[in-house]
Amino acid sequence: MQSTTYHKASSAADAAAKLAGAEDGTLLAGGQTLIPTMKQRLAAPTDLVDISGIEEMRTIDARPPTVTIGAAVTHAEVAASAEIRAVCPSICDLASHIGDPAVRHRGTIGGSVANNDPAADYPAAMLALNATIKTNKREIAADEFFQGMFTTALDEGEIITSISFDVPEKGAYAKFPNPASRYAMCGVFVAQGGGGVRVAVTGAGDDGVYRNADMETALASNFSADALDGVTVSADGMLSDLHGDAAYRANLVKVMAKRAVAAAG
Amino acid sequence: MSEGIGAPVKRKEDKRFLTGSGRYTDDIQMENQAYAAFVRSPHAHAMVKGIDKSAAEAMPGVLAVLDGKQLTGDGIGNIICGWAITSKDGSPMNMGAWSALATDKTRYVGDAVVAVIAETKAQAREAAEAVVVDYDELPVAATIGAAVAGDAPQIHDNAPGNVIYDWEIGEKDPTDAALAGAAHVTEMDLTNNRLSPNAMEPRAAITKYDAAEDHYTLYTTSQNPHVARLVLSAFYQVAPEHKLRVIAPDVGGGFGSKIYIYPEEIVCLWAAMKTKRSIKWTADRTEAFLTDAHGRDHVTNAKMGFDADGNIVGFKVSTKANFGAYMSLFSSAVPTYLYATLLSGTYNIPNIYCEVLALYTNTVPIDAYRGAGRPEASYLVERMMETAARELGRDPADLRRQNFVREFPHQTPVIMNYDSGDFEGNLNQAMEAADWNGFDARKAESAARGKLRGIGMACYIEACGIAPSAAVGSLGAGVGLWESAEVRVNPVGSIEILTGSHSHGQGHETTFAQVVADRFGVPLDSIQIVHGDTDKVQFGMGTYGSRSGPVGMSAIAKALDKVEIKVKKIGAHLLEEPEENIVIEDGQVKATGTNKALGWHEIGLAAYTAHNLPADMEPGLKEGAFYDPLNFTFPMGCFICEVEIDPDTGKTEILKFVASDDFGVIINPMIVEGQVHGGIAQGVGQALLEEVVYNEDGQQLSASYMDYTMPRADDVPNYDVLHHNTKCTTNPLGIKGCGEAGAIGSPPAVINAITNAIGNNDLSMPATPSKVWALIHSARMAAE
Repeated sequence: MQSTTYHKASSAADAAAKLAGAEDGTLLAGGQTLIPTMKQRLAAPTDLVDISGIEEMRTIDARPPTVTIGAAVTHAEVAASAEIRAVCPSICDLASHIGDPAVRHRGTIGGSVANNDPAADYPAAMLALNATIKTNKREIAADEFFQGMFTTALDEGEIITSISFDVPEKGAYAKFPNPASRYAMCGVFVAQGGGGVRVAVTGAGDDGVYRNADMETALASNFSADALDGVTVSADGMLSDLHGDAAYRANLVKVMAKRAVAAAG
Repeated sequence: MSEGIGAPVKRKEDKRFLTGSGRYTDDIQMENQAYAAFVRSPHAHAMVKGIDKSAAEAMPGVLAVLDGKQLTGDGIGNIICGWAITSKDGSPMNMGAWSALATDKTRYVGDAVVAVIAETKAQAREAAEAVVVDYDELPVAATIGAAVAGDAPQIHDNAPGNVIYDWEIGEKDPTDAALAGAAHVTEMDLTNNRLSPNAMEPRAAITKYDAAEDHYTLYTTSQNPHVARLVLSAFYQVAPEHKLRVIAPDVGGGFGSKIYIYPEEIVCLWAAMKTKRSIKWTADRTEAFLTDAHGRDHVTNAKMGFDADGNIVGFKVSTKANFGAYMSLFSSAVPTYLYATLLSGTYNIPNIYCEVLALYTNTVPIDAYRGAGRPEASYLVERMMETAARELGRDPADLRRQNFVREFPHQTPVIMNYDSGDFEGNLNQAMEAADWNGFDARKAESAARGKLRGIGMACYIEACGIAPSAAVGSLGAGVGLWESAEVRVNPVGSIEILTGSHSHGQGHETTFAQVVADRFGVPLDSIQIVHGDTDKVQFGMGTYGSRSGPVGMSAIAKALDKVEIKVKKIGAHLLEEPEENIVIEDGQVKATGTNKALGWHEIGLAAYTAHNLPADMEPGLKEGAFYDPLNFTFPMGCFICEVEIDPDTGKTEILKFVASDDFGVIINPMIVEGQVHGGIAQGVGQALLEEVVYNEDGQQLSASYMDYTMPRADDVPNYDVLHHNTKCTTNPLGIKGCGEAGAIGSPPAVINAITNAIGNNDLSMPATPSKVWALIHSARMAAE
């Protein structure tokens, strides 16, 4: 790791100011992606602005109809939140399977969403739940927020402060983990709510999280696993790597979608 | 005897390991310590046109920027392979030059080119990034296939066609004739996947140079510090042997990868002399993937012939073995004398012929990794037997049973002479524990849930206790493979055992002490095991190939024999009884038929006060012994694995794993069980999860835990570890060894279970979900 200057921010506004004052600064949330990248010397920010301790970004409000999770809430806190579990247990289950215990106790929902790793779990949930990403400047709908792998609608210096979504009528996440990294080789989040059925896929596509329109149409009229039998998932646009080729990932999309629907009930 | 041979006593060393009090190489801080960082080739094959060190040399804290021309200019020799193999045509093997720092050419990604020495680790790394190496990239051969292709690049000038040797064993014509006359021939093309060793503690070195004494010290992560000292002095001319002390303190796992002498230790010793500073280097995990010797990587065609009754009549094997870019210390022995000599398996096979083509590629050097050649042999033999049984419509257990070796000693056609065993006894024990006969009902139950269930077995045999020195010498080994021990009984009766074996996870501090406690009936706590320091232990050949039990402990037993003789003489003298009436038991020296006895400590005191010893007896109580084994030992066993596969995802779950081993006499069953667990975890890793993958440019795609799948707790099953032991007849304690058995027997058992479940023999390791799914899916597509 190259030398860097650490700053602890007390508020989103303070973080923005500190970031603006840095030569080549970066926000540090849980650091579960950034720190390993820095240790490998693939990133060398001059300044780290730590937002993980900002109180206003560490709250959970799960009073229906809306769940709001502060950006600095860790995966372990989401997994263990009785409040959230009472209204949307699928998001707790998702969080409980991210990484390992060390990752879950440091990694944050805001950091995961901002990074938009193509194999991360949260982006699928955000997209399927039609979440709103709130920043220090504006509110962004998930459909606009996720713009391809490692790419989001965030502007330079923009800070996610919280994430909110309406409690779905039904929702579940099914994940097939990469055997090595335990990231999603394919993760499908299926949600049925006021806006209809939304199916979001992470890990499998070659440009990050996306929605599967064919599945959404099939499920809109018949929310059951069997309804997906007739849906064909093309291998075009699927990732192919040493863990599985595009055909295998296309298969996983359908298998995981059916399992998610079955779990959603 | 509660603490002696056979007692499951808890490990003495675990107090320090479990409380964070171990002392590993990286824990050691020297006065005047600086750090090394290595500039490594980013290309798999490239000419080094020039090196610009000026920017690095000007950076803060930099003490020296050292390159290969300086190294060779100072007379530091090339890294060697210590086992000479002769090709079929009588020509010697083609060993290419390996300089610890590349001089004119780099041959794999990670090949060290420049060493930067600086005041801090960060400064060394910063400066290493500032070294500019001008490379001229060359075409790359990253796989066996690429190395033998007609247009393959020439990796070493003295190895035409990238061939190191083309070796054979056994009788070709009789084997061909046996296959030609066979009623059935099973033929398979099998790949043994390339693995990364992944010891928990990465390699490290810390060196010190005393200019006034012209003396060097090296602390390093070694399985054999004496061999390291010998090679560093005799071949690399880093320092004379008597001016070099090598210490391997606590070492966190080796699995073979810490047998060898690597460039970094050589460079750190040399740099300590150059800079007059102590030099520390500790690999990070990426460096471990890029530079630790890998294991396996064989491609094999095999034919096994059977007569009309199902008796094996011949076995013909043709293997291509990847050696990587350079010949590592024991590399040449692995696919020859540690592999082809085990191709008879547990069976009577009258005719065996094996040829091995050893090849250079632009990849990390390959050498012994847990099992070293024996897993490759076991995988081959046991997959062939399983496939043959399916082709012949025979029950796989019955076909094995029919062909088992039943009389001992048994001479195979490929050198080995098995001394003992009851192969059917292990098979029966494993089948009963696995409820083999109840499998059909369990398979039906899985099918009702839409799952595919399979069961598979493997009856492995391996050769441990490496090895009779004269025998290995005649086969090309550059060293003898005996072991030494020294027993020091102190004046107060406490005992120190100095051993040339090295413990890096095996629990020697406990098991070796148990052998002593068993002999004299003294408390385990009164016995200390000293190892890993060339200044303390006179010499030793180290720990690998499960040799610490059969060879290391035999040396201790031999030294204990000498101590026992002297103790009895002293006892007889002091008790005024005939020597033949003296017995040592329960920590006392007694005269049978009398009530006369001396405490153990009284003997020690008498020996060292020397006030009243037998005439002409020297004072003191210290004896040493060298033990050269009479034969290899042959642990064997039967493993049975039962799996369930999700046909929708191809994911395999191991539902049951039974291991019935024959390890001979067991010193500590708890430690042995732990060795079996670890070995099976590594074998399951090879079968289901692990593979080093290179792209065609020679870049390692699996060089981190994001892509290299190490087994996790939830990947491995609960094991049923059973024993049906027969005593080894060729060493004093009757030990066969247990360190590698789990890794040797489990891959074929797992794969045989999966191929049984999916009804397709054409499966390679690792049996990843995507690979298994593709086989199931293609069969379904064909059926539709």
